Amino acid sequence: MQSVSESATAQSPYAQGSLLSVAHLSVEEVSAILGEAARLEVLAPAERSGILRGRTAALLFYESSTRTRTSFELAAKSLGATTTLVSDKSSSIEKGESLKDTGLTLRALGAECIILRHPASGAPFVLARETGLPVLNAGDGMHEHPSQALLDLRTILTRLFGADSASSVGEHTLDGVTIAITGDILHSRVARSNAMLLPRLGARVLLCGPTKLLPEDALGLGPGVEIVHDFDRALAQCQVAMMLRIQKERLAGLELDLGDYIHRYQLNGERLAAFAPSALVMHPGPMIRGMEIADDVADGPQSAIEEQVRHGLAVRSALMARALGGSKGLRI
Amino acid sequence: MSDILILNGRLIDPANHVDANRDLLLRDGRVAAVEQPGGFRGVEAAETIDATGLVVAPGLIDVHVHLREPGQTYKESIATGTAAAAAGGFTTVVAMPNTVPVNDTVAKLEWMLDAARGSVVKLFAMPAATVGSMGDALTDFDGLRAAGAVGFTDDGKPVLEDDIMRAALIAAARAEVPVSQHAEDTRLTGGCSMNAGPMAFRLGLRGMPVEAEARIVERDIQLLREIERAEGLRPHLHVQHVSTARAINVIRKAKKEGLHVTCEIAPHHFALNEAAVGDYDTHAKMNPPLRSEADRTRMVEALLDGTADCIATDHAPHAAFEKRQEFERAPNGITGLETALGLALRVLHREHGLPLSRIVELMSASPAAITSLAGRGTLGSGQVADVVLFDAGAEWSFDANSSRSKSRNTPFDGAAMLGRVRSTICEGRIVYRA
Repeated sequence: MQSVSESATAQSPYAQGSLLSVAHLSVEEVSAILGEAARLEVLAPAERSGILRGRTAALLFYESSTRTRTSFELAAKSLGATTTLVSDKSSSIEKGESLKDTGLTLRALGAECIILRHPASGAPFVLARETGLPVLNAGDGMHEHPSQALLDLRTILTRLFGADSASSVGEHTLDGVTIAITGDILHSRVARSNAMLLPRLGARVLLCGPTKLLPEDALGLGPGVEIVHDFDRALAQCQVAMMLRIQKERLAGLELDLGDYIHRYQLNGERLAAFAPSALVMHPGPMIRGMEIADDVADGPQSAIEEQVRHGLAVRSALMARALGGSKGLRI
Repeated sequence: MSDILILNGRLIDPANHVDANRDLLLRDGRVAAVEQPGGFRGVEAAETIDATGLVVAPGLIDVHVHLREPGQTYKESIATGTAAAAAGGFTTVVAMPNTVPVNDTVAKLEWMLDAARGSVVKLFAMPAATVGSMGDALTDFDGLRAAGAVGFTDDGKPVLEDDIMRAALIAAARAEVPVSQHAEDTRLTGGCSMNAGPMAFRLGLRGMPVEAEARIVERDIQLLREIERAEGLRPHLHVQHVSTARAINVIRKAKKEGLHVTCEIAPHHFALNEAAVGDYDTHAKMNPPLRSEADRTRMVEALLDGTADCIATDHAPHAAFEKRQEFERAPNGITGLETALGLALRVLHREHGLPLSRIVELMSASPAAITSLAGRGTLGSGQVADVVLFDAGAEWSFDANSSRSKSRNTPFDGAAMLGRVRSTICEGRIVYRA
């Protein structure tokens, strides 16, 4: 019988440097990416911009994005690469061109790596198989957002242990650390990537939200993942509170009483002070202020939300270098 | 006429309780005689086949295939699909009506069954139960039955409305054919592309719950009860491609109750589980989807304990470009005619000890009985000369590129098979020879 094979050592049909799922990364690779992010961040701009000089990356975006798109683009450019942006709204995708043909066209135009955001789960796997190019998954449907999980990891390491401790990890780095991920888990690719990555570094991940948005099936994400429906209980146990948006565009007929949701799951100052007065507050964005998170918390001293964005630039630089083979020590 | 002698083979003819070395003489498209080994000494025939070491069995019958003609001949045609059937040991296939246009009139049915379509094996069809398979108004059951319909179905989707399904079961009972139901409560499966559960959650795919299948089976069985009571009729419900333990258990109970329910299981549902989806492999996408390992195991048990009546492939060819896209976008279905016997023998016979004669029965006599195909599914003297000869011990691996089908959408490319078809004879003509 066929069985699930998620071992990082399994022979991969995807080009080296691809990042389709955090499950494809060994702990050593995660550590190497963090190390590279730290190295690139402190390089002089002149040196940094030589790393991917003459290389070409395409950003292929079938969904809107602010943070992810911009940070991948800025990361590539800071390393000297040429980037081109193709979005579904202004390309032949609108005329019905398939993902495969779009990928082959970009490859023919010289793209050596494609950064893909797509509303269909698994789309990056199709693109990687069809083009043979390294593909970076910049968010696929409800599936994964691997670069977000890596930047979240870097944020957590920096805030909990200091910047010097954010350049490498091992299987026990996050021992004793509990991260509560709260909100629309069902539709969240950020939740999936974090829940699959952080426990492998020793963390305990509590998934929190109403049953409708958090089915029991979520426990299948792996060991180290628990379900807690009571937000206050989850908060009381965590060192990191990661909040998620309700994804109205993916609710697909699911009825949700938003007033009740706010009452039970909004992270506001009162709740934070009562249950997690020293926890780190994170949010992958986009935030809906007044819904899952209150202003005072989003802008408060415990919030690392803006730092997450900055770490995104560093992590995505490392991923670009890894994909295009411009980094030292990452290719074996 | 060109007589065919088949000598020295092991005849497995479950309908006649035969599993012994026998020689056969085929004449004028019929089985002229069955004799003890050597019984035809001195008889001359245009063709003599030495079946030493081979099983000689009734030609296989598949009550569930999609041949895509008319309308989608880029995927398959009646000629290519039935050529694949012959290569898989099938001598009879039953075409589903979800062609373009839908097979829902006598004229369309006659066109499909016309010899000009070039069918390589015997072709039957189940026309649509409702006009256009839209689920609103019944088709002309009596007229279609007279034109050769062996059942009615809106396959690809269920007959969802209670009143329409009740009317279909009553009309089919009067026409003495089954209603073949695609059991899926589509109100529970919108936007879903694989089995519901931890694996679907992890892949970020919306999952079809097992209840979607069981609910329709339960509803249909309740309709059978009501119709038996109120109308004095005995309608026949045939449940297509059962994939869940829940549905099988409901069917088992209904059979014990004495209701006329039959069901089929597709090879992929006893050979694979949802893990085959892997990295969004669209060749593991079909409807009903591959289920959990517990469900798969239950499908094997149902075939072993007799709850399942037959094996049917749900052969569903699709062009490469249709499958090579995003998982959620790719169409449902896989080809299956050339891998059914090899999987049945490998999984059911070798791995689970199901006797060869039972496998032959599940793939010939039983489907013949479900669709009331007179003279087929058995090799008694005077019956139709539909024969398959296969080497039951041959191990091989399937190569999708060598398929007779126009399409290559199979999760079994390179998969281990047991038992290789050597010859297929349909109505006394050799239609496939390895």
